[in-house]
Amino acid sequence: MQIPIETFRLDNGLFVTLSEDHTAPIVAVNLWYHVGSANERAGRTGFAHLFEHMLFQGSASVGANEHFELVQRAGGTLNGSTWLDRTNYYETVPSNQLELALWLEANRMGYLLPAMTQQKLDTQRDVVQNERRWSMDNQPYGSWWERLPALCFPSSHPFHHSLIGSMSDLDEASLDDIEQFFATYYTPDNAVLSIAGDFDRVEARRFVERHFGPIPHGASKPPLPDMTLPPTLEGPRREVVPDDVVLSRLFLAFRSPVFGSDEYYAASVCGAILGLKKGSRLHRRLVRERQIAAEAQSFTYDLTKGSDLLVLDVTARPETSAEELERAVHEEVDRLWDDGVTADEVARAVTLIETELLVALQSAGDRADKLSLFATYFGDPSLVNSQAARYREVTAERVNAFARARLGVENRASLLYVPRDTEVAPAQRELAEMGSR
Amino acid sequence: MTRTMMPKSEPAPRPTPTAPRSYHFPTFERHTLQNGMRLVVAPVPKLPLVSITAVVDAGASTEQEGQDGVAALTAQLLLEGAAGLDGAALTDRFERIGTSVEAHADWDAATVSLTVLAERLPEALALVRDLLRDPEFPDREVARLKDERLAELLQLHAEPGALADEQFSRAVYAATARYASPAGGSAPSVRALTRDLVRGFYAERYRPTTTTLVFAGDVSVERAIALASELMGDWQGDVGPMITRAVDAAPVTPIVRVVAKADAPQSELRIGHVGLPRRHPDYFDVTVMNAVLGGLFSSRINLNLREAHGYTYGAFSAFEWRRAAGPFVIQTAVKSDVTGAAVREILHEIERVRSAEITTEELTLATSYLDGVFPIRYETTAAIATALSNLVIHDLPEHFYDDYRQRVRGVTTESVLRAAQQHLHPEQLRILVVGDPAVVATPLAEIHGAPVEVVTPEGVEVAA
Repeated sequence: MQIPIETFRLDNGLFVTLSEDHTAPIVAVNLWYHVGSANERAGRTGFAHLFEHMLFQGSASVGANEHFELVQRAGGTLNGSTWLDRTNYYETVPSNQLELALWLEANRMGYLLPAMTQQKLDTQRDVVQNERRWSMDNQPYGSWWERLPALCFPSSHPFHHSLIGSMSDLDEASLDDIEQFFATYYTPDNAVLSIAGDFDRVEARRFVERHFGPIPHGASKPPLPDMTLPPTLEGPRREVVPDDVVLSRLFLAFRSPVFGSDEYYAASVCGAILGLKKGSRLHRRLVRERQIAAEAQSFTYDLTKGSDLLVLDVTARPETSAEELERAVHEEVDRLWDDGVTADEVARAVTLIETELLVALQSAGDRADKLSLFATYFGDPSLVNSQAARYREVTAERVNAFARARLGVENRASLLYVPRDTEVAPAQRELAEMGSR
Repeated sequence: MTRTMMPKSEPAPRPTPTAPRSYHFPTFERHTLQNGMRLVVAPVPKLPLVSITAVVDAGASTEQEGQDGVAALTAQLLLEGAAGLDGAALTDRFERIGTSVEAHADWDAATVSLTVLAERLPEALALVRDLLRDPEFPDREVARLKDERLAELLQLHAEPGALADEQFSRAVYAATARYASPAGGSAPSVRALTRDLVRGFYAERYRPTTTTLVFAGDVSVERAIALASELMGDWQGDVGPMITRAVDAAPVTPIVRVVAKADAPQSELRIGHVGLPRRHPDYFDVTVMNAVLGGLFSSRINLNLREAHGYTYGAFSAFEWRRAAGPFVIQTAVKSDVTGAAVREILHEIERVRSAEITTEELTLATSYLDGVFPIRYETTAAIATALSNLVIHDLPEHFYDDYRQRVRGVTTESVLRAAQQHLHPEQLRILVVGDPAVVATPLAEIHGAPVEVVTPEGVEVAA
């Protein structure tokens, strides 16, 4: 399955990707800014995300709350999200409303600051602090969002600190910070604009030039510090977190090859063999056969600099102790390290992933987001069309080479949640003995 | 700092939309096999994918008294052994053709659904046949899934939002109503389930005449009928008696109940009452009214609590549409020390929408949103299959989706006011809070002057 892709770049540096599909009168507009929590300065954790909220507070021609209202009145859906290394904003609208969506995005890219006020900042700070309480502080296991990266990246590394931010850093954010962050990162040359769905390419290009063309090129953004990391953690790490939970839960993370590299695809398939759906090893062994886990899954962060993370996430049954859970998950990883995977297992994983890739292409919004992703990270949106092939090229040998290099005990970070008031033994002896791997 | 990056020119004026292109919900055809099993087929050849959903009239609402949770357990157990294959082997068969199958039961139906590459449809459907027609319900898997449900319930009780949902249902519905306890069953009811009860439920409810097979995607009507006839045509059996369970409301007192979570930084709030059945003649008026009240980001409740006051990350209202009257609920999570103030604002918004017509701007925001977003909702084969499943489950008019946008546009400010006055009942509101009683009890008591009942997460009353 290949989707059509056309690209061009405006004089101000804005990179634009277009992908036509006229099966429904729907068009998606998707804008990625190449800035995320990694770009935050010291003492301003959470600022990239707070800033994302401020982008919905109006701009020179758009009133407070009007952004949401205009898109919804047009019959569209919209949102934004912040990640470690990017922030995105997106709308899917009826195709006759394409220009409105582009105008809204251009208006806030070009003319945000006149609409910024202290009161709006104060309110959004409250909203974000409530988002933190809701998603982390008042949520069982919620702190994994900030504990896991903190455990896997050194404190000097841009991926180490909290994306949602600390309450006190959020308190410190000021209008000056807004101005600076906007001038530095929200520039056309630091953004990718994707349009997918039902549009006329000549007309779309005219709209883009009309609304984004006048926005000036930015000054260059400050470089991130050196992101390079050793390929492994160079020794096991473990953090035990007593929490308001009834079931123990283990996040077992490995530093893994960055998204886009050949080894990434082997790592991703390895993760799928361990934790994608009910036929995966962890589910089959721990949930179905041994019945010591209630749930098991795996995921990757898909980071493109320094190191990616492959994470196994397993929740215990009520009668399973934290130690038993931890030991069982390590045993499964050891077994994979020792014996490798079979071609059959690779085939199962790749077939499932291929269907998922195709299913995701059904929606204009997902297509536009993928185009922005590959354009932002690699300057080449057409990579969206080669993902299935890259997965199909993965062999058992490549998965096993990845496992040997990255699943050893020296590259395991355990974040173990346990019910409060539980005694948990220090890292097990067996684990220490496996240190030679 | 100077704004060096402002463009020199003024921003372009707000654009006006061009002429809309027409959109039709995918056309679909119905067919009934000789054994009474029904088919609904929507050919959508956009990508080489097909979604199938088997809809069985075997939801939790059809459980006999004392068997709460048997519908959900039965549906899940379909995947755990059938036609001589154990659960692991079945899972493997599905995953090797690049799909994973979901089976679950909610209030009004059990569904078995998957999305698969069109070329693998026959294999996928043959497996679905096996698990619908020849499930084995092995003892070991019955015991395992019961244990997993019990673990899930423990987990939910640790999660303030899920705990609030569960306790809100208990506060709104009479203890005898099926809707008072979770669709998947509560701990005591799940413990009492047995393999025989599951087999009995399956034998009475899973029959060709209670099953509809929905296809959406890259498949023709002829092919879908041929495949279904070949695989399902000789399935026979009579359905058991239909059960209808009560959905009575609970007594209105106590109005305010706090589920104690000491030191909680936020309160999870649920405010509402028994709502309306899905096939209510005022469905569209109520849907638009709810959109204005709390259904959209730009709704009154969200703009008030989030954007004006910063009390919350989000606040929403919903009518939960079931065959019988599901709940109407306003839900949010607010910082603990503003719990009383947030409840006041919510009650105020309910009064306001009942006391005067909404503005034309509010009306058109809601109607143009619901109208315009309609095609966006049905971009995927899975979403189309779900929409068609709802047509079946609620026995909606054949042209429901064709007429949807016109019906939405027919709603007026007068009919919204009428819907608010007839279907929002301030005197019936229950207020359920999962939070820190030390912080929230007094401000909540001041709202109604009525005593605030404080309970443990297990529902046991404690002194306030």
